Amino acid sequence: MSDFLMPSLGADMEAGTLVEWLVMPGDKVDKGQVIAVVETSKGAIDVEVFESGVVEELYVDPDTRVPVGTSLARIGSGEQVVTERPEAAPPEPEPEPQVETEAVAEPLPLREVPEARPRDKERVRTRASPAARRRARELGVDLAGITGNCPGGAIVLRDIEGTPSRKSKLVRRAAGFDRDEMRKTIAAAMSRSKREIPHYYLATTVDMHAAESWLEAYNRDQAPESRILMAALFMKAAARALERYPDLNGHYTEEGFTPSEQINLGMAIHLRAGGLIAPALLEAESLELPELMTRLQDLVKRARSGGLRASEISGATATVTALGDRGVDTVYGVIHPPQVAMIGFGRVQQRPLAVGDALAIRSAVDISLAADHRVCDGHLGALFLNEIDAHLQQPEAL
Amino acid sequence: MNREDLRAIVLEELSTIAPDIDIDSLDDQARLRDEYDLDSMDALNLLTAVHKRAGVSIPEADYARMHSISELLDYLEPRAAR
Repeated sequence: MSDFLMPSLGADMEAGTLVEWLVMPGDKVDKGQVIAVVETSKGAIDVEVFESGVVEELYVDPDTRVPVGTSLARIGSGEQVVTERPEAAPPEPEPEPQVETEAVAEPLPLREVPEARPRDKERVRTRASPAARRRARELGVDLAGITGNCPGGAIVLRDIEGTPSRKSKLVRRAAGFDRDEMRKTIAAAMSRSKREIPHYYLATTVDMHAAESWLEAYNRDQAPESRILMAALFMKAAARALERYPDLNGHYTEEGFTPSEQINLGMAIHLRAGGLIAPALLEAESLELPELMTRLQDLVKRARSGGLRASEISGATATVTALGDRGVDTVYGVIHPPQVAMIGFGRVQQRPLAVGDALAIRSAVDISLAADHRVCDGHLGALFLNEIDAHLQQPEAL
Repeated sequence: MNREDLRAIVLEELSTIAPDIDIDSLDDQARLRDEYDLDSMDALNLLTAVHKRAGVSIPEADYARMHSISELLDYLEPRAAR
């Protein structure tokens, strides 16, 4: 038996708002299953349970703000299920289909759902995606008055849009996060980083001829949905290099540095409305390129529209930032505590490079490393960057 | 599918990718990447959506030559399924 706690989703997070329960007392849960949605400065985050068992009691009602570490629910063997919560618990709890968060981002065909749902609605808690709930709150709309168009009757974001608002003036929050709150979060994490972590910086220029040629040939015969972006090669090359240099992959806490077995590679994602979030691609080292690309697209989509998981928010063991087409030559990152390395990829562009005895115009990229000097030295950092270079020269092996 | 249909599809998908863009005042000649801050992942998502809805799979090499909505529509118009 254990308590399910309000998680810490960032070094500076002191409290979070429980937005929604996805389970009810009596429900069986599996380790890793998303059972609650928590609102933070990074938007609404899906929180997983770390133990398999039965939800015995929910201690906290939706829309309640509680400090990090507060018990939200009890998970146990199922012998002490407490269902008599005021108004919330139905007489006969039945397992509820998990609301797919993907339903938010994926355009769903609008379907006429027969009006057979009202009776169900009285019995079962209104089913809605986190994004839909969030939007409904922003608009001041009551979910009970909305018919979901998802199979199963769940309400998704598009069901909310166009619903008359109760509030006269809508305070617009882009993509589900509060810009000012996110700014504060970034400020707190980066200030702590610069205060506590003695960074050292290295950079090197890498010939991208091989990687670009390989990628061009690979993508030539692929439909757009199966194409791979250079960012995926960068992530994979970085993950492979981190496998070889574990001193750059892990967390530094009061007890010192603990390397991580897994490579949960954070990816800095720019949010259009102004903001930055670096969720992790879990076990990036084990993913084949096409799979890694699919997961990366999914991660970016969820970072922008909601549905990131707690393990993705707090689990990164090192982070990559890639500036892309609109960037500049070189980026020197700031390490995200408690991590110890930030790997930067500048813009890939044509540059004069010495190739053999001649000067050639080649695609090239500047790769940088910001690393924690408490854990390793520049010598190791240089070997690490050269390892990434070596991987990018053999893209077919990534 | 005529040009107007295609334009409607492209704009709808664009607003899904970048909800902050004001579709009503969109300049068809503007460079998408620079004016509207689309990155390579945004562009790929747009191509994927266009492939699904208009049935045209735009090769990477061709896409590299398209910079605006107008150029994209010039490419799609003769190729889109009727």
